[in-house]
Amino acid sequence: MTMPQARATENAGPQTRRRVLLMASGCAVLLLVCIASLIAGARTVSISTVAAALFAYDGGNADHIAIADYRLPRTLLGLMCGAAFGVSGALMQATTRNPLADPGLLGVNAGAAFFVTVAAGVFGVQAMGAQLGFAFLGAIAATLMVHALGSVGRDGATPLRLLLAGVAITAVLGGFGQAVTLLNPMAFDSLRVWMIGSLAGRDTGVVYAVAPFIVAGLMLALLVSPSMNAIALGEDQARALGTRIAGSRLMAAVSVTLLAGAATAAVGPIGFVGLMAPHVVRWLFGPDQRLVVAGTMVFAPILLISADILGRFLLRPGELEAGIVTAFVGAPVLILLVRRSKVSRL
Amino acid sequence: MSAPPDLARGVLVIRPLGWLTGGRISMRLSRRTLIACMGMGTASLVLMLMSLVSGDYGLPFSEVARALSGRGDGMAGMIVLEWRLPRALLALLLGAALGVSGAIFQSLTRNPLGSPDIIGFSAGAHTGALVVMLIFSGGYYETAVGALGGGIATAVAVYALTWRQGVDGFRLIVVGIGIAAMLSAANVWMIRKAELQVAMSAAMWAAGSLNGLGLDRLLPAALALALLMPAALMLARPLRQLELGDDAAMASGVSPERVRVCLALVGVALVALVTAAAGPIGFIALAAPQLARRLVRSAGVALVPSALMGGLLLIASDWAAQHAFGFQLPVGVMTFNVGGLYFIWLLVSEARK
Repeated sequence: MTMPQARATENAGPQTRRRVLLMASGCAVLLLVCIASLIAGARTVSISTVAAALFAYDGGNADHIAIADYRLPRTLLGLMCGAAFGVSGALMQATTRNPLADPGLLGVNAGAAFFVTVAAGVFGVQAMGAQLGFAFLGAIAATLMVHALGSVGRDGATPLRLLLAGVAITAVLGGFGQAVTLLNPMAFDSLRVWMIGSLAGRDTGVVYAVAPFIVAGLMLALLVSPSMNAIALGEDQARALGTRIAGSRLMAAVSVTLLAGAATAAVGPIGFVGLMAPHVVRWLFGPDQRLVVAGTMVFAPILLISADILGRFLLRPGELEAGIVTAFVGAPVLILLVRRSKVSRL
Repeated sequence: MSAPPDLARGVLVIRPLGWLTGGRISMRLSRRTLIACMGMGTASLVLMLMSLVSGDYGLPFSEVARALSGRGDGMAGMIVLEWRLPRALLALLLGAALGVSGAIFQSLTRNPLGSPDIIGFSAGAHTGALVVMLIFSGGYYETAVGALGGGIATAVAVYALTWRQGVDGFRLIVVGIGIAAMLSAANVWMIRKAELQVAMSAAMWAAGSLNGLGLDRLLPAALALALLMPAALMLARPLRQLELGDDAAMASGVSPERVRVCLALVGVALVALVTAAAGPIGFIALAAPQLARRLVRSAGVALVPSALMGGLLLIASDWAAQHAFGFQLPVGVMTFNVGGLYFIWLLVSEARK
C-alpha cells in the first residue's frame, strides 16, 4: 500500500495542498463556531468575559455561571457528539458500502429509545441522568443483538446480513416500544421529549460520563480507517491486499457502538449528522477513508454546533432543539451538493 | 396457459390469454417460485379463515361457512360478511399493495433499504396528517386527505429536486434522505408541542390501523388496486431490464426515464391508497420484498411473491393485533413485531444451511 500512495502524493501536489487548505480552514471554522457557541445566546457576552469565566472563574458572576455551567458543557457536547455521530456514520457507510447506512441501522437508536420507553413506562424513570444510563445500556444491548444475529452462520457478518439484522432488530424493538407508548401516556410523554435530540440542559457530569467512550471510539476509528480503504475495494481484493477483514470489521463495529451509543445517550438521536457529514466530507476530500474519518471529525461538529447556536435565536425567547435545526440546516446543503454534476458515490 | 408445464427442468412458461395477446405476455416461473407462492397463498387463506372464526363473538367454523354461502342467520351473517370478511380482504389487498410498492422502490434504487419512504411519501403523509390533526383538529376524512396531500406533494418535490437530465438512483436516495429528515424533524417537534392526549391520538393514526374498517373502505380500495396491480405487472419486465443498467435496458428497447417515472407513479399510488384507507402501515413495504426474495431465491426483486408476502404479513399482523393481547392494538405496531420476528427467524435459518 505504501509505494503507490507515496507516488500518488508526489503527483497530486496541488490536490494535497487543496486538502491541507480545506482541513485547516475547517479547523479554523470549528474554532470560531466553538467560540461563538460560548458567546452567543439569550445573554450574549463579550469574548473577554468568556476568557475570564474559563481561566479566572468567579462563582458570584452571573455571566461566568452561564458560561461555565451551561454553554461550556453544551459546546463540549456538541464537539464530541458531533464528531461521534459523524465518524460512526462514516464507518457504517464504509463497512456496509451503503450510502444509506447510519449508526441507527445497527440498532443504536432503537435500543436506546426502547430502554428509555421501558424506563419510563415500567420503572417510572424520567430524570435525565437516569435516562442517560438506560439509553447507553439499550444502545449497547441492541448493537450486540444485531451483531449476534448478523454473524450467525458460516460467512460471518457480511455487510448485507448486518444491515438486515439491524433492520429486523430495530423493527422488533420499535414495535414493542410503540405498543408500550400507545398504552402508557407517561412513557409516551417521556419518549416524545427524548426523541428530539438536544444539546441543552446537560451538565458537566454528562460530559465527563461520555467523554472516555467517545475518545476511545474516535481513536479506534482512526486506527481502523486505513483498512477501510481496502474493504471498499470489495472483500476479495481486500483479502488479497492482506487486510484482516473480520478483525477490521469487528474494530469498526466496536468503535461505532461506543461512539453512537455514548452520543445518543448524551444528546438523544441526532442521526442526521452521521448520515450527512460523511457524504459532504467525501465530496470535499475524495474517497480515501483516512481523510473521510479525519475530515468528519472536524466538519460534523461544525454542523451540530452551528445548528445549536442557530436554535438559540430562532424561537426567542424559547429555543429550538439542535436535533431539529440540524435537519433543517443540513438537508438543503446535502441536496444542493448532490445536485452538482460530479459526486463520488462511496 | 398454452405451454405444457415442464416441471422436470424446474421452469414453467405461462402465457396467460395467449390467444388474446398473441403470446406477448408471458412469464417464466421456477418450480421454487411456484411452490413458494402457493405456500404463501395457502397460509393467507388459513389466516383469513382464522380471522373469520375468531373474535369476541365466537363463531364455530360451520356457522362461518354457512354465512359465507349466504345462508347464515342474521347476526352471524352480519358479523362475517360485513365486519370480518371485508377487514380480512382489506388486510390482504393493502398488504399486497405495500409489498409491490416496496419491491418497485427497492428495484428502482437498487438498494435493499429502498422503500416508498425513500421518495419521502411516508414522512410527507405524516406531516400532512399531523398538520390537519394538531393545527386544524380535523377528523378522520380530513386526516386522510391531509396525509395524501402531504405525501404526494413530498414525493413530487423529491422527484423534482432529483431531476437533472434524468433521475439517478443514488441522487434520489440522497435527496429523499434530506427531505425526509427535515419532515421528520418537523413531525417530532409538532408531536412534542401538542397536548399529550392529542399527540397520543395522532400517534395512534400514525401507527396505521384496520380497526373498524368495513365494506365502505374495501370497495374503493379494491377498485383502485384492480387498476394499479396490472399496471405494476406490465412494468415488471422493463423493471427487470432496468436492473441490468440503463445502457442494457436501452439496448433492449426500454426507455429508462419513462419506465422510471411510470414505476415511481405506480409505487407512490399504491402507498397512497394504503395510507388513505388505513393510515401509514409501516415496515411491510421494506420487509416483504426481502422476505419474498429469500423465499423464492430469485436474483432480482420479484413482484408477485412480494405481493403475496405483503398480504400474508399484513393479515397475520392484523390477526395478532386483534387477538394476541386481549385488546385491539393498531396493526402498524404488530407489522413491526411480526415482520421483524419473521425476518430474524429467516436470517437465522438461512445461516444454518
